[in-house]
Amino acid sequence: MNRQLSQRFAFGLLWSAASATIIILAIIVMFIMVQGLPYVNLAFLTGGPIAQGREGGILPAILGTFALGALSLIIAVPLGVGAAVFLTEYTRPSPLTTIMRFGTDSLAGVPSIIFGLFGFIFFVTRLNLGWSLLAGGLTIALMVLPTLIRTAEEAIRAVPVAYREVSYGLGASRWQMVRTVVLPNALPGIVTGIILSFGRAVGETAAVIFTAGTALNIPTSVLSPTRTMAVHFYILAVEGISLPKAYATGAVLIATILVINVVANLLITRGVARAVRR
Amino acid sequence: MHYPLVLGLLILSLFLTGCGSAASAAADQLTLTGSTSVTPFAEQLAETFEKQHPESHINIQGLGSSAGIQAATNGTVELGMSSRQLEEDETEQLQPIEIARDALAIIIHPSNPITDLTSEQVRAIFTGSISNWSEVGGPDARIVIVTREAGSGTYGAFEELVMNKELPAQSALRQGSNGAVRQIVAEDADAIGYISLGIVDQSVKAISIDGVQASTAAVLSGQYKLVRPFLFVKRKDAQLSRLGEAFLAFVLSAEGQQELVQAGLVQGADAQ
Amino acid sequence: MKERLIGFLLFMSALVSIASLAVITFFIFEAGLPLIFRVGIGNFLQNSIWQPSGKTPQFGIAAMILGSVWVTLGAIMIGVPLGLAVAIFSAELAPPWLAAVIRPVLQLLAGIPSVIYGFIGLTILAPVVRAAFGGPGLSVVTAALILGIMILPSIVSISEDALRAVPRAYRDGALAVGATQWQTIWRVLVPAARSGIVASIILGMGRALGETMAVIMMLGNALQVPRSPLDSATTLTSNIGLELAYASGQHREALFATGVVLFVLIMILNLLANVFTGRLVLWRSRAPSLSTMRTLWRNRVPASDRRSS
Repeated sequence: MNRQLSQRFAFGLLWSAASATIIILAIIVMFIMVQGLPYVNLAFLTGGPIAQGREGGILPAILGTFALGALSLIIAVPLGVGAAVFLTEYTRPSPLTTIMRFGTDSLAGVPSIIFGLFGFIFFVTRLNLGWSLLAGGLTIALMVLPTLIRTAEEAIRAVPVAYREVSYGLGASRWQMVRTVVLPNALPGIVTGIILSFGRAVGETAAVIFTAGTALNIPTSVLSPTRTMAVHFYILAVEGISLPKAYATGAVLIATILVINVVANLLITRGVARAVRR
Repeated sequence: MHYPLVLGLLILSLFLTGCGSAASAAADQLTLTGSTSVTPFAEQLAETFEKQHPESHINIQGLGSSAGIQAATNGTVELGMSSRQLEEDETEQLQPIEIARDALAIIIHPSNPITDLTSEQVRAIFTGSISNWSEVGGPDARIVIVTREAGSGTYGAFEELVMNKELPAQSALRQGSNGAVRQIVAEDADAIGYISLGIVDQSVKAISIDGVQASTAAVLSGQYKLVRPFLFVKRKDAQLSRLGEAFLAFVLSAEGQQELVQAGLVQGADAQ
Repeated sequence: MKERLIGFLLFMSALVSIASLAVITFFIFEAGLPLIFRVGIGNFLQNSIWQPSGKTPQFGIAAMILGSVWVTLGAIMIGVPLGLAVAIFSAELAPPWLAAVIRPVLQLLAGIPSVIYGFIGLTILAPVVRAAFGGPGLSVVTAALILGIMILPSIVSISEDALRAVPRAYRDGALAVGATQWQTIWRVLVPAARSGIVASIILGMGRALGETMAVIMMLGNALQVPRSPLDSATTLTSNIGLELAYASGQHREALFATGVVLFVLIMILNLLANVFTGRLVLWRSRAPSLSTMRTLWRNRVPASDRRSS
């Protein structure tokens, strides 16, 4: 009886913890959306800021965000997928792969402010790229590399061994096999990793401020400084420039993250469905 | 087939086109770096300037006075922005151009009944020797001090003008910009902070110091003492680009100065 | 020939992460270590006075280290019980539809930018704390509460993996000898998943320790050793984030030196987490390591079968 009672009590706690988590997320999203969405309109999305963002729109920040995300992915995706292919297809577990994996894991744990410090001293100062899309993109590329490697590795491992054997049986070389069999089949997983990495680039602030800068202009080249939505939100909110505009920017930011997560999830479920059909 | 090769080429070409367009754009692109206090005013000037010269791009990077001075010294930018006087070793290489003067306003929450403090009282509050509003005739509440971080020009000016180089109390909250200080003071009934007079709005209350209310008139007449310069700095040995020259001329012109005065600043010594 | 070239290129990309880790380490240390040696390691770590500008600069980060410790422990106190509860719930109790809700909820919590969390702490929580307990509101409690939520996703995902990886026989055995479901969970499954759970806590600590922007917004950034949870404080990260833009010369060096200390702390946590997940085997514990559990999990009976049995 007592045991049943304590079980009921414990399960009650577990249920409330789970509901609390859902409620917390709902509060955060609703709070920003309810306050921000009324101010979001076409002019806000397609207009430039006036008076540091007190008036006008956030087009430069939207473009800056997407440019920075795209640039970092262009740099990181080939490296990440290449690393994953090497670790899964080209080598057996050895001390070297242990070190490589340790490097990836450690990189994943490095806080973004450290990336910011590094990007600032190395890309901005040492390589003299200045605060620019390129310096920011390179920094974010390093940040998202572990995510890309891990998701690509998992996706590649999920490709059945039999596929590889068939391919070899047809006389394919290792690279031909990877290119024609492994990568196409692992694509949904790889794309999921890419989308999640893009999400990280969108949400990052600390590393971006010190590498890509805070200039509120539409970037004209990879060497222009830029300001992402997250940075713009931070500046509007903290400096009290305009609370309505801050909420509106936050709403666009959260909507972007929502879309990214939904797309990634769709791809994951589709990938799983495909795996089940096999 | 040549997947990595193609991607590599793609990246390379992207970089090259990027660099190419950067080189061609460099002629009408200007970046100013430095004081976060100067930043909002510089951005406003840049907006007006860009409207008149649609082909030009002016990027304003708010990073702090010291960073701006350093960037100008090592040539990262043509023009740096500073909200404090240059130190002696900095004047060796740099030429300061005073584009405006700015008063530091001491601000409190609008609900706080206090309207005037002496500069001694302000110092005592910020050093922590006065820690309750009742000690200066206010309500019985602990004073929440809001200051700026080391390295900021506003902090440097405040340290020099008010603090006699004494340190603020350890319990003082630190914020990264004028706007952030205003935001905290506007939210907290017991707070006190200091910001650019041009940034003061109805969300906070600027008190008078030694009986003088902070205003551009009081700055011009010399009655209000908490005044610091807003500087553009450039290397003495370097020639400004055409755009840099044009922007600087605009800032110092009657039109640019009028815009700054309307924003709550006082005409700079180097203005025409 | 082409095959070998491709193999080489792939090998090089696999080296990038370890190489960039090395480069990052090198540049942070190069920029920060000279100042640490000039000031003295003991002085740098134990002096609580940070006065980077002025005639007689002092570089002591003791107050920030303590600030980081307070905030991180606070976040753990919030995040671990909640995270573990959610992990147990979704691994063992949740009806499938609810588990299908919780997973994306956690993903979204992980995806929300930290500036949004900081803003929530600044605008919703800080005024509540100020009204309820006094003080500036921007305080250790405020930061710890929000950080506790921010680290939730990492804690849940790793603990949940570890719980799910416990062999089915453990569960069946416990239930067969008459244990209740809760006793099975608490006495058998949680201990068996111990190393994974510990790893999740360590990684959660790492995240809390490393968070910057949200902390700058919520913690008030006072340069003092916090004496109560209602005090404002500064962490290692928030001081770098707040001052880096303004710093030059020695001051900048000192911020990089702060980065060195942070980096070392994070690497220690990473190593520990790796040891606990069994990825880096320094000693063998008797509990099954997470990697063997993962293998077991991959060969598991599908969840649908398990529930009907």
